[in-house]
Amino acid sequence: MSDVFNKKQRDLLVRIVIAAAFFIPLWLISEGIVETGLPKWALFMLFLIPYLTVGYDILKKAFHGIRNRRVFDECFLMTIATIGAIALGEWGEGVAVMLLYQVGELFQSVAVGKSRRNISELMDIRPDYANIPSDDGTLTRVDPDDVEPDTEIVVKPGERVPIDGVVVEGTSSVNTGALTGESAPVDIGPGDRVLSGSINISGLIKLRTTASFDESTASRILELVENAASNKSQSENFIVRFARVYTPFVCYAALALAVLPPLFIWITGVGLAGYGGIGALWRSWLMRACAFLVISCPCAIVISVPLSFFAGIGGASSQGILIKGSNYLEALAQVRTVAFDKTGTITKGSFEVTAVHHNPIEAERLLELAAHAECHSSHPIALSLAKAYGKKPDPSRVHGLEELSGHGVIAQIDGMEVAVGNERLMTRLGVPFIPCHHTGTVIHMAVDGAYAGHIVIDDALKEQSRDAMQALKRAGVEKVVMLTGDREAAAARVARDVGLTEYHAELLPQDKVACVEKLLSESGNGKKLAFVGDGINDAPVLARADIGIAMGALGSDAAIEAADIVLMDDDPMKIAKAIRISRKCLSIVRQNIVFALGVKAICLILSAAGLANMWLAIGADVGVMILAVLNAMRCLGVRKL
Amino acid sequence: MKKSYKIEVDCANCANLMEEAAKKTPGVKDCTVSFMTLKMKVEFDEGTDPAQVMQDVRANCKKAEADCEVYL
Repeated sequence: MSDVFNKKQRDLLVRIVIAAAFFIPLWLISEGIVETGLPKWALFMLFLIPYLTVGYDILKKAFHGIRNRRVFDECFLMTIATIGAIALGEWGEGVAVMLLYQVGELFQSVAVGKSRRNISELMDIRPDYANIPSDDGTLTRVDPDDVEPDTEIVVKPGERVPIDGVVVEGTSSVNTGALTGESAPVDIGPGDRVLSGSINISGLIKLRTTASFDESTASRILELVENAASNKSQSENFIVRFARVYTPFVCYAALALAVLPPLFIWITGVGLAGYGGIGALWRSWLMRACAFLVISCPCAIVISVPLSFFAGIGGASSQGILIKGSNYLEALAQVRTVAFDKTGTITKGSFEVTAVHHNPIEAERLLELAAHAECHSSHPIALSLAKAYGKKPDPSRVHGLEELSGHGVIAQIDGMEVAVGNERLMTRLGVPFIPCHHTGTVIHMAVDGAYAGHIVIDDALKEQSRDAMQALKRAGVEKVVMLTGDREAAAARVARDVGLTEYHAELLPQDKVACVEKLLSESGNGKKLAFVGDGINDAPVLARADIGIAMGALGSDAAIEAADIVLMDDDPMKIAKAIRISRKCLSIVRQNIVFALGVKAICLILSAAGLANMWLAIGADVGVMILAVLNAMRCLGVRKL
Repeated sequence: MKKSYKIEVDCANCANLMEEAAKKTPGVKDCTVSFMTLKMKVEFDEGTDPAQVMQDVRANCKKAEADCEVYL
């Protein structure tokens, strides 16, 4: 129980139980179901016990409200409504309304507390402590806040990495699921960067911290998600404005209802006979007004909207999608145009061997020779050759390495003369070469003066890019455009490979802004444009688009700063997923608004017509709130979207 | 200057009332209250002393909603 209720809620629960224990027998007596022969005044005094037990704080707050000249306060309205009912002799109803109102308050408080905890559990990446090793080998637990950058810390298996750092000792694998939503473990060893918030799975590792706790990834993410609640959506602002007029409107309507119709009937005498007397006439309309007041509390509506957004943002963050505000979550649902940067977004942004055209020797052999010829270079091309070769090149096999600037290299490998370079190198050596129809960097090779084939190195597509474009179309995006600074031919190939029809190539950063502005002016009213970039030199475009999405931004401060939505890993499928999350969230918000307002409107009409008593009014009030809160919590379920 | 404060309040509408009260306090440029995170983010006018202003913000919030707390 203690983890479900806090102290305040427990106190209220006890009061509700005591009041209910008193109320039920008294209600049976007052309804004449149980005969006791108790005098009326004694029954009235007894009814005050549950009323005051459960409602004294409401009465106190109502008094406080009057003193501060703020009468449209729900406590004040509840007080007026219940005292009104009691004064009219409906003791049972008056007490019951107060009792049920408090049950509703308790439920709301528990439900909101629970959802707060659920959401924060999803985002539970805050490390509690850091282990500092001392000279004798023992570990001391300290508050991560006290750890300076460039300190050595130890992370044991099963522990959460508290602060960003670089491995100095030990190997292990880490689960970055809490950060990226991707739970496949990543192997790490000395020299590798480890981000706070990931969980160390297998081995003991020693890290040298590279940031303070506040500057570490986990703290930054938490701060970002918590701050998201400050950027309120249009729906939230609408509800706040609505609540501001709703309560006073219902109060004046209640006052009018209590006075005008009976006055009219009294004066004109129309339908007076139906009431059986002047007293009964006033009593009937006053009861309707009291029921009206019970429905005046806007809390069910006010709570459900921000709760839905908060749950949606929490759910998205558990999938590695950080949304910096409810307003962006809302705008995301209206995205009809998505503009992509190419490098690092649709493509991997790193060079890879994409094709090996070999003749007469085998592909593996060609790669082996190329990797060895380039084994002393740290150029990206040399690295990608070594990667494609798959094994570590053995430098002792390489002799007489000669670098020809702007051409390539010539080396003696296993006694053969191997030339690796561009077309110019081949021409210079007098080797006839076969031109390649592929785009990218083409590396020609000659062995002992004879042409041996070529290797194509290019920025490879991400595996998910093609599917991601399809998923966007399915998610209702009408137009997908690629903007790139790359050459026309490379852009055309990427566009064709992922199935894009529109692209703009050879753009300078300012051209990209101009392009986005043009797209913005073309998109219709209520249709939003999102720009997706890797955040490295896209800041102006990210800022200019309706929604800037930075991907693969784990650890990149500039991108997190500039973007509205940050994808923690670099999976382009997440963009469609984010749109689906926002759609679901928005539809739940709409359901709640329509449902809550609808039920309130119906209750107002029924009670004005005298068809609803206070029981129904309070039941509807509490019931709507419960259902709205439960519905809002559905926003958390985003895993399968 | 922007600062964030922890708050305690029981209902969503009450949080909105606190936000309104805080916004009207002299020295406060802008303020958002989040009922979900129970946080109040206050942006202060230039040249004001946040500690001083927050005393007034707290008093105004208490006036608007008796059952609330701003942890300074």
